[in-house]
Amino acid sequence: MSPRLKTLRKVLNPPIIKGFKPYGPEVGKNNTEPVFFLFEEYEALRLCDYDMFTHHQASEFMGVSRPTFTRIYASARQKIAKSMVEGRQITIEGGKVYFDSDWYKCEKCKSNFNNPEREKPITACPLCGSEEVKSIEIENAIDDKCVSETKNICFCPECGFEQNHPQGVPCKMQICPKCNISLHRKTTVIC
Amino acid sequence: MKIAITSTGNSHDSTLDQRFGRCNFFVVYDTESKSTEFIPNPGLNAEEGAGPASVQLVASRNVNKIVSGEFGIKIKPLLDSLKIQMIVLKDSEKKISEIIEMLNH
Ligand SMILES: [Zn+2]
Ligand SMILES: [Zn+2]
Repeated sequence: MSPRLKTLRKVLNPPIIKGFKPYGPEVGKNNTEPVFFLFEEYEALRLCDYDMFTHHQASEFMGVSRPTFTRIYASARQKIAKSMVEGRQITIEGGKVYFDSDWYKCEKCKSNFNNPEREKPITACPLCGSEEVKSIEIENAIDDKCVSETKNICFCPECGFEQNHPQGVPCKMQICPKCNISLHRKTTVIC
Repeated sequence: MKIAITSTGNSHDSTLDQRFGRCNFFVVYDTESKSTEFIPNPGLNAEEGAGPASVQLVASRNVNKIVSGEFGIKIKPLLDSLKIQMIVLKDSEKKISEIIEMLNH
């Protein structure tokens, strides 16, 4: 039987802790049930409030739509508030996520490959067996042949709104009709 | 160990298909018995969902690795979660026989 396929959300790094415990004289008197925090909620919070990415960027990193991202993020904030106000413990646990694996390249056969067994380090190329393998940083994952192309489109980093770039007017002067923030020039990477 | 390779045709002289979900054939190579099996891609003409259907096919053959020219953004998380290793080779001239030779390093 083949494994069931689920919609998964990308989490770059698993959290380093399993949860939080409240302290103080009132703790544990009434609300003893912990708040269950999902990995994707942790990731949404990390991307937005720790790494300071916009919701639009964060939703792309996690491979989910903007509305889905907004829902995950809202749920994360609501749970933190609940645990603080009600003095509940937070337990970070599963959810529909996967941990993006590390990628490597082989200098000999020029192949790229990932490491699905995160615990075991990569020592040789799975294709040609060469030991000349290098880890690829996410920033450098796009190879040299790729060029970034500036398009004649301004977009809103918050909601993704797009409009044609007006000739001779800086994008920053354009304001998103929904979010009231300045627009940016759109660039795409072509390989 | 079993390794899947995306192929443009059904012979050892066929070349590596650069598309994972829409490749013509999957070659399943068994490194122990040295046997090869050519499986036509059932999702080839599917309107959508060709990628996940292909993942399901290779997963059902207990493949540990897949060699292809690319894996779409919807495919990577699926294969990652199934712990199937993705090997990306951007060389559309490579013959299946040559890839098998490389795997026998
Ligand atoms: Zn190699
Ligand atoms: Zn906006």
